[in-house]
Amino acid sequence: MPELLRVEGLAKHFGALRAVDGVDLVLPEGRRTALIGPNGAGKTTLINLVTGGLPPDAGRVFLRGAEITRLPVHRRVRLGLTRSFQIMNIFPRATTLENLLIPVLARLRRTHRPWAGLGTERAAVAEAEALLVELGLAGFRDLPAAALSHGDQRLLELGIAVASQPALCFLDEPSAGLNPIERGTVMELIRRLSESRRTTFVIVEHDMDVVFSLADWIVVMNRGRVLAEGPPAEIRAHPEVRETYLGEELEA
Amino acid sequence: MSATRLEAWLCGAAALALVLLPLVAGRYPIYLAMQILILAVFALGFNLLFGYTGLLSFGQAGFFAVGAYVCALILLRVPSLLLGLVGGVAAAGVTALVLGALSVRHTRIYFSMLTLAFGMMLYSIALRWRDVTGGDDGLVGIPRAPLGPPGIPGPSLATIERYYYVVLVVALVAVVVMRRLVRSPLGLTLQGIRDSESRVAFTGVPVRVYRLAAFTIAGVYAGLAGALLPALENTVTPPIAHWSTSADPVLATLLGGIRAFWGPVLGAFLFFVIKDIIVRYTEYWLIWLGAIVVVLVLGFRGGVGAMLGTLLGRLTQPASGRAEGPR
Repeated sequence: MPELLRVEGLAKHFGALRAVDGVDLVLPEGRRTALIGPNGAGKTTLINLVTGGLPPDAGRVFLRGAEITRLPVHRRVRLGLTRSFQIMNIFPRATTLENLLIPVLARLRRTHRPWAGLGTERAAVAEAEALLVELGLAGFRDLPAAALSHGDQRLLELGIAVASQPALCFLDEPSAGLNPIERGTVMELIRRLSESRRTTFVIVEHDMDVVFSLADWIVVMNRGRVLAEGPPAEIRAHPEVRETYLGEELEA
Repeated sequence: MSATRLEAWLCGAAALALVLLPLVAGRYPIYLAMQILILAVFALGFNLLFGYTGLLSFGQAGFFAVGAYVCALILLRVPSLLLGLVGGVAAAGVTALVLGALSVRHTRIYFSMLTLAFGMMLYSIALRWRDVTGGDDGLVGIPRAPLGPPGIPGPSLATIERYYYVVLVVALVAVVVMRRLVRSPLGLTLQGIRDSESRVAFTGVPVRVYRLAAFTIAGVYAGLAGALLPALENTVTPPIAHWSTSADPVLATLLGGIRAFWGPVLGAFLFFVIKDIIVRYTEYWLIWLGAIVVVLVLGFRGGVGAMLGTLLGRLTQPASGRAEGPR
C-alpha cells in the first residue's frame, strides 16, 4: 500500500501540557485506521495539527510525500485532506442539499462565482443530489439542515466531508451523542463510503465494538504519544494497551 | 399564489409606484424617496456583510463618505455625474479593499472594533484635511452636473425630478445585482462562512479572501450610496463620515430584518418614514426610533420583514416553501 500520510516528530504544547509529544506515524492508502486512547490522550490535537487547524511546535507532516506542515487549511483540502468534527459542524440554516453543494462547488472551484444562479450549476447540483441519495437523506433535500434529527445531521456531516472527495479524511467521533441504532447507521455508512470511494478514513471512536469491527489498523495514543499500533488482534492482546485503556471493557 | 410570485408582484408594484412618484408627488416626498433609496443601497451592502457573512461593521460611514467626497471633488472640477459616481465608487472600493484586508483577519467583536477605529480615522481625515475636504465647512456649491461623460453633452439633471430618476435607476440596478449575488455560489458560500467558518475552510475555500470580497462589495455599495449624495444635497460635510452615520444602515437593517433579503430596503423606508413622522412632534426622534428597534430586536428578531413574511405566508398558503434570503 503506498504511503498517504507521514508524520514525523509532531509536537504541540499548551503551557506545561504536552498535548502531542513527538508523534511519528505513517498511514498507507486504503487502510481504515482507528485512533483510540483515553480522553486527553491528544487524539483531537493530533488531528488539528495534521489538518491545519493548529500550528505544531515541532515536527513535520507529509501528504503523499509533499510537506504540508505549514500550509493553510484550504490548501491541504485541495491536496486531498479533510476532516469532520467532534462537535456537530454543519450549516444549520442552509438546506440539506445546499450543505452538500458548498463542498461540491468548492471542489469544482466554483464558489467564487457571484452572478450564476445556483440552479444553473447543474453538475454540482447533480453530484450533491447523488450524494444525498447515498446518505439516505434525499427526502430532506429542501429542508433546513437544523430540522434534521441529530442522527441525520451526523450523516449529513459525513456527507459534507466526503463531498470534497478527499484522499484522506479524519472523522473525529462521528457517532458522538448517537443512540446504538443511529450509531450503527453511521458506521455502516462509513464502511460503505470507504468501499465505494477512494477515501482513506481515520476514525476517532470510543466504542470498542465499532473500532474492532470497522478498523483494519488501530493506533493507540496515551499522554500525547503513540502507545502502540497494529492490526486489531494484536492491539487486543497488547498488555500495555489493555492496562491503560481497554482494561475492564475487554475482560467483560 | 406562491411566495415567489407574490414577491415578484410586490416588487413590480413598488417599482411602478417609484417610477410614477414624481407625477403625483411634490418636491418633499421626492426628496424623501431619494434619501430612502440611498439608505437602501447603503444598507443592502451592509447586510451582505452582516446578515449573509456574519460580520458586523461599525465603519461603513467611512466608505460612504469616501464615495461622497470623491464624487463631490470630481463634480466641482468636471461637470459629469457619471464620472463622479464611478470615481466615488472606485475610491470607496479601493479603501474598503485596503482596510478590509486588515479588518477581516479577525471576526466578531474584534472585527467590529477594527471597523469602528478605521471609520473614525476616515472621519478625522474628512475633518482635518482642510485643503481637500474643506474641514468642518465641508464641500459646498456642488453642481448637479449633467449625466454624460465630459465633453459629450448629456441630459441635464438640473431639476430634482430628473435627478430622482438617476437615483432610482442606480438603486434598482444595485438591488437586482445584490439579489443575484446572494443566490449565487458566492452568496451560498458566504452564508456558509457565517454559519460555520471552519466547515467552509475544510471544503477547501480560503475563508479570509471571501470575507474580504464581501467587505469590499459592502464598501462599494456604501460608496455608491455616498456618491449619490453630493448632487442631491449640493454639500458634503464631515458628519456623514461620523460613526453615528454608520449606525444608519445598522438600524435600518435591524428594523427591516437581517434574515430577509428585503429587510434593509424595507428598513430604509421605515427608518425615514418613522423619522419623518416623529420629527413633527419632537426633535428627540432617535429616542423613539431606538425604542422601536429595541422592541423589534427583543420581540421580533427578524424585524418587520419577518413579521410581514409570516403574515404573507399565512395569506398565500399554509406552507409557502422556504423563506427567502439568508436562513
